[in-house]
Amino acid sequence: MFHFVRRRMLSSVLPLVAVLLGVFVLARLTGDPASLYLPESATPAQRAAFTERNGFDDSIWQQIADYFGGVFQLDFGESLRTGESAATMALRAFPATLQLAGATMLIAAAGAVVIGSWAAFRPNSLADRIASFLSMTAASVPDFWFAITGVWIFAVGLGALPTSGVSDGMLSWVLPVATLAIRPLGVLTQVVRGAMVSALSAPYVRLARSKGAGSVRVVSHHALRNAAAPALTVAGDLTVSLVNGAVVVETIFGWPGIGKLMIDSITGRDFAVLQAAVLLTAVTIFVLNIVIDVCYALLDARVRETATV
Amino acid sequence: MTGTVLEVDGLSVDIRTPHGTVRAVDKVSFSARRGRTLALLGESGCGKSMTAQAVVSLLDPTAEVAGGRVLLDGTDLVAADEQTRRAMAGPELAIVFQDALTALNPVYTVGTQLAEPFRIHRGLSRKQARREAVDLMARVGIPEPETRVDTYPHQFSGGMRQRLLIAVAVALSPSVLLADEPTTALDVTVQAQIMQLLRELRTERDMSVVLITHDLALVAEQADEVAVMYAGNVVESGPVREVFDRPRHPYTRGLLDSVPVHAARGEHLKSIGGAPPDLHSIPAGCVYQDRCPLVRDLCRTRRPQPAEVAPGRTAACHFSAEVK
Repeated sequence: MFHFVRRRMLSSVLPLVAVLLGVFVLARLTGDPASLYLPESATPAQRAAFTERNGFDDSIWQQIADYFGGVFQLDFGESLRTGESAATMALRAFPATLQLAGATMLIAAAGAVVIGSWAAFRPNSLADRIASFLSMTAASVPDFWFAITGVWIFAVGLGALPTSGVSDGMLSWVLPVATLAIRPLGVLTQVVRGAMVSALSAPYVRLARSKGAGSVRVVSHHALRNAAAPALTVAGDLTVSLVNGAVVVETIFGWPGIGKLMIDSITGRDFAVLQAAVLLTAVTIFVLNIVIDVCYALLDARVRETATV
Repeated sequence: MTGTVLEVDGLSVDIRTPHGTVRAVDKVSFSARRGRTLALLGESGCGKSMTAQAVVSLLDPTAEVAGGRVLLDGTDLVAADEQTRRAMAGPELAIVFQDALTALNPVYTVGTQLAEPFRIHRGLSRKQARREAVDLMARVGIPEPETRVDTYPHQFSGGMRQRLLIAVAVALSPSVLLADEPTTALDVTVQAQIMQLLRELRTERDMSVVLITHDLALVAEQADEVAVMYAGNVVESGPVREVFDRPRHPYTRGLLDSVPVHAARGEHLKSIGGAPPDLHSIPAGCVYQDRCPLVRDLCRTRRPQPAEVAPGRTAACHFSAEVK
């Protein structure tokens, strides 16, 4: 297992460098920071001084070399806006995103397991059809629509929930989490249902019943663990897109996470912060993928064997 | 009859299909005795597996018992509630499934799965149940049970997996053990070992074995009694030796004639002409009429019921006396 994890980590280095390189180049296409940070009346000399101070006058190759040289010494540069270390800003924003994604996936996964299993237990029953219809709808609704509708009804209309920010304790969590959870819940419910339908008709379930196992034991013990692998694949994907896609929802709800930080640093041409934020997100996604693979191995001995080869 | 533990009486099973409901098992009756083996013999699709599944209450969701009784030590399993059936599944009634290769749960160790009957019915601790599992593995002839108890099904061969399934089934020494084509998925040398094991366990635990098979030779070797099934009906039943020596139903006759005993090289093998009827269009009258050499007008209008043709023997044929 250890070898497997180490190999995966080593093989992640190259893609990470590629991601960082891509962002580095793309960010510089958004325009010259000097026109944003210096007053309009700035003289060419002042502009040149700003550009030189931040190293923007070097050739792109020189800039790349300097940046990566810094990265290898864990120096990710400073923010143009605040002068703070970019790494510090990214790390400070990140827990908010992780908490949001964690709470969302917890709710989506728990809901999906319960609803999906329940629907799968009696395929084509009324309960199953209702669950399928609702999960299909949930999976198809765009999250920005749900976010805006939610704000309109619960925050503006009823005044029950805050429109944005994190200052209202638990209440601030309701709309962002609900918005983020609705699609994963729908998608996961369908995956769990499908996997459970086939698990529940598998020969090993019949064997379990022949031992006198009750329905609860059959579902929770025998079927669910077999159905977990496909659900895990999709759940992993959804978590990755949550960490990624929090940009939209964080912007709408003013959630001080990594997504909002990215948007702010793009509009502010704050390259170092953007790069740090993207790198942190990318590393998290690679770690997540390794965690998912480890989970597979824990669930199924057959995966364990091929992984250690 | 003395020693009867399982009595199936007029059991019918319906299957819901997109083209309507069909009767897959039609008023099947047989009884099984302690320490004996009863064979349910028939070709694919004759309803023998469906009968076994109905007996252990493990029918597919599309099938349901449409009538009859399954008496196990006097308790009618058809009328019994879920609780009672579950309490009997394992300690009283067990089944060995046909698909040895896929019947074990791939994500649990075989030890966990062997321990399950003890955990469910006897409430043993994990440790005690594991102890029982090791003993059971040793009993069914799995080498090094102490270490193999913690391995997974895919690490066992087909024959060993079938041994494990048998171990699960006999774990709590049930009164009745149904074995649904227990050797179909296995190669010939392993088949003999598995049948040997089943016979030993039957004697040792004084179980009644119901062997579901299409294999005439297996029935001749292993069974004391046989019930021959055709298109969901039991057409003939009785002691194996008598039934095979002097069949009283044309179908049994046909089956026995199909066995290539005296066939010379190059000679065509005998077979029964035609095919079993489609369950959607079972003819009025006898189910075997379209393939029967003895068929007459009466057979096309009236269904023959199983009738005693000799002590302990029944046949469902209007002209059973004429079968040679």
